Amino acid sequence: MELLRFATAGSVDDGKSTLIGRLLHDTKALFDDVIDAVAATTARRGGEGLDLALVTDGLRAEREQGITIDVAYRYFSTPLRSFVIADTPGHVQYTRNMVTGASTSDVAVILVDARHGLREQSLRHAALSALLGIQHLVLAVNKMDLVDWSEARFTEIRDEFAALAERLDVPVVTAIPLCALDGGNVVDPSPHTPWYDGPCLLEHLETLPLPRYDEGALRLPVQLVIKPGVGSGAGVTAERRWYAGSLAAGIPQVGQEIVVLPSGTHSRIAAVEGNAPAVRVQLEHELDVSRGDVIADAHDAPHTVPQILARVAWMADKPLRAGSHVLLKHGTRTVKAVATQLHDRLDVATLDTHTGVDELGLNEIGTVTFITSLPLPIDAYATNRTMGSFIVIDEVTNGTVGAGMVAEPAGAPV
Amino acid sequence: MTVIDQTSTEFDDADRVGLDHRLAQLEAHAIFVIREVAAECERPVLLFSGGKDSVVMLHLAKKAFEPGVIPFPVMHVDTGHNFPEVIEFRDRLVEQMGVRLVVASVQDAIDEGRVADPGPTGSRNRLQTQPLLYEVGRNKFDAAFGGARRDEDKARAKERILSFRDLFGQWDPKNQRPELWRLYNPRVRAGEHLRAFPISDWTELDIWRYIAVNDIELPQMYYAHQREVVERDGMLLATSEVTPALPGETPFVETVRYRTVGDMTCTGAVRSDAATPLEVLTEIEQSRITERGATRADDKFSEAAMEDRKREGYF
Repeated sequence: MELLRFATAGSVDDGKSTLIGRLLHDTKALFDDVIDAVAATTARRGGEGLDLALVTDGLRAEREQGITIDVAYRYFSTPLRSFVIADTPGHVQYTRNMVTGASTSDVAVILVDARHGLREQSLRHAALSALLGIQHLVLAVNKMDLVDWSEARFTEIRDEFAALAERLDVPVVTAIPLCALDGGNVVDPSPHTPWYDGPCLLEHLETLPLPRYDEGALRLPVQLVIKPGVGSGAGVTAERRWYAGSLAAGIPQVGQEIVVLPSGTHSRIAAVEGNAPAVRVQLEHELDVSRGDVIADAHDAPHTVPQILARVAWMADKPLRAGSHVLLKHGTRTVKAVATQLHDRLDVATLDTHTGVDELGLNEIGTVTFITSLPLPIDAYATNRTMGSFIVIDEVTNGTVGAGMVAEPAGAPV
Repeated sequence: MTVIDQTSTEFDDADRVGLDHRLAQLEAHAIFVIREVAAECERPVLLFSGGKDSVVMLHLAKKAFEPGVIPFPVMHVDTGHNFPEVIEFRDRLVEQMGVRLVVASVQDAIDEGRVADPGPTGSRNRLQTQPLLYEVGRNKFDAAFGGARRDEDKARAKERILSFRDLFGQWDPKNQRPELWRLYNPRVRAGEHLRAFPISDWTELDIWRYIAVNDIELPQMYYAHQREVVERDGMLLATSEVTPALPGETPFVETVRYRTVGDMTCTGAVRSDAATPLEVLTEIEQSRITERGATRADDKFSEAAMEDRKREGYF
């Protein structure tokens, strides 16, 4: 069965929790004891029937405040596909948690309330989804019942969002008019939208093509060197070392010419074992290969550069400035780095880019040049999600403070 | 869903990758996480109860380091009220796999006065946190692999793959580290540690499909057998020294199996004739009750029972 991961995002009160509850309920993913618990809680709070928003209730603090603080993961499947939902928070102060959920998602479903239309949060979520390279955006225009299922209102919001998506370079946007509360156009078609001939939300999620990130030439960031027999006492053999890792692209073939980066030494694949993408390979030559190195196609290797130009989403209170010393984790290697230049910052409210900035603050997105202590083999994020991404780690606190997406494969800004 | 096809043991691994996008992705991701933590942390340990999720974890760890050996020990938090057949199975599997077993004993914690004695029949479930953290500290473990799954509970649904624990072993759910892509940040300072959950995204069905496909042995109590039980709070509890029948309860023999394996005082059985992994799969697909709802008294206290225990440092 195929697995599709999608993130849901929206402003407070756009009905995101209700929509997820509706999807889970109508695909029979909710078990009886969960339904009983939701019914009991609904009644205790003075409601009637099932308040589906309670299904995604997670933390005590979230129940107290009626908001989503951190991403929660939910699971359901249909005869056609299985799904992981990353239910992400809408508040600007929890943007890092939204980005956490969206970074592993194939699709982003952005909710808007049909009465209010697009809001700053909608723009922020669309911009972050685009930044993360999500190829499919779904605009779920919710609470259509509260605008009398007006086609004109739906078209207005859809067109406004389409214009926005064009500026963000999002390839595919699908807008769906729905009502999570009564379930219209979520799993089953609504009788109120004879003017809409597109798919219901679930049908769309079941049929859109699965994005593939692992196409292209061989890229294997080495996680571990496995020496057969070590630790097992007797019977240590002279067998070659294995290099274990998760393929970032391509499938290694026995006999294939490879290059080890950043050293640049060449060899051939001698053996491959494991289930892709989690594999281990042996090389024909005894080379010095260690964790952090990348085994790549010798004829189509990534650029190995000492300087990276990247789009960065900043996630810490302490801002990033030119001259800031940080750690970058790229693939399986962590290196020291310094931010040498801040080029611009994106204003998510207007989607305008401002130059001449001197810092990147919490929840801001900008373009930054880093110089690294060791050259890194990189591809552009648009080409390869793994080879084109890194996280920024604060050396003092150990916290993850930023997410970087490589803008230019050549690394050096012009 | 064509489960029978996907779980047929006739498929070899190569077929399965082609046929089952989902299970192949889940396995590869789990192996990736296990390798990352083993490579970056100084002293990892794998939490191992003998239950199905931890057995799958041990199997994945073996796969991650083949043809080498698993480079870390396993740790069992033993309430002293475990099913004897599970302890026997634990010892046998650990021996087979050639890994070292560390036992964090609740009984020792009681005897040494580290936790209060709940009495001979009291639940020792919540008492597991102290010996767990005690052994983590004593052995200087900086990462503990767990077999928790996000589909088990709403607090678990919120947790990262790598989840940070402070000096006191506590989880702060309102301030979790961002976790981008598959770029895990396992950095901790001395005294802090991580919990790593490589099978976070697996469901109960995935676990059973994986067990069926890979022919993984489990304690026999996961399959239908005859057992003397009493019915209490809607659950079937095995009668034993620590779970005697209460006044007014009449023990009876029933054909049952366990969906989860935990402390005897709070783990219930379900009526079942499922005797093989495939039969269990069929049964779970038709089940309308979650595994914890069906069989765990400890999760029924409040809406936030698991969250509260996790904050204190529980699994």
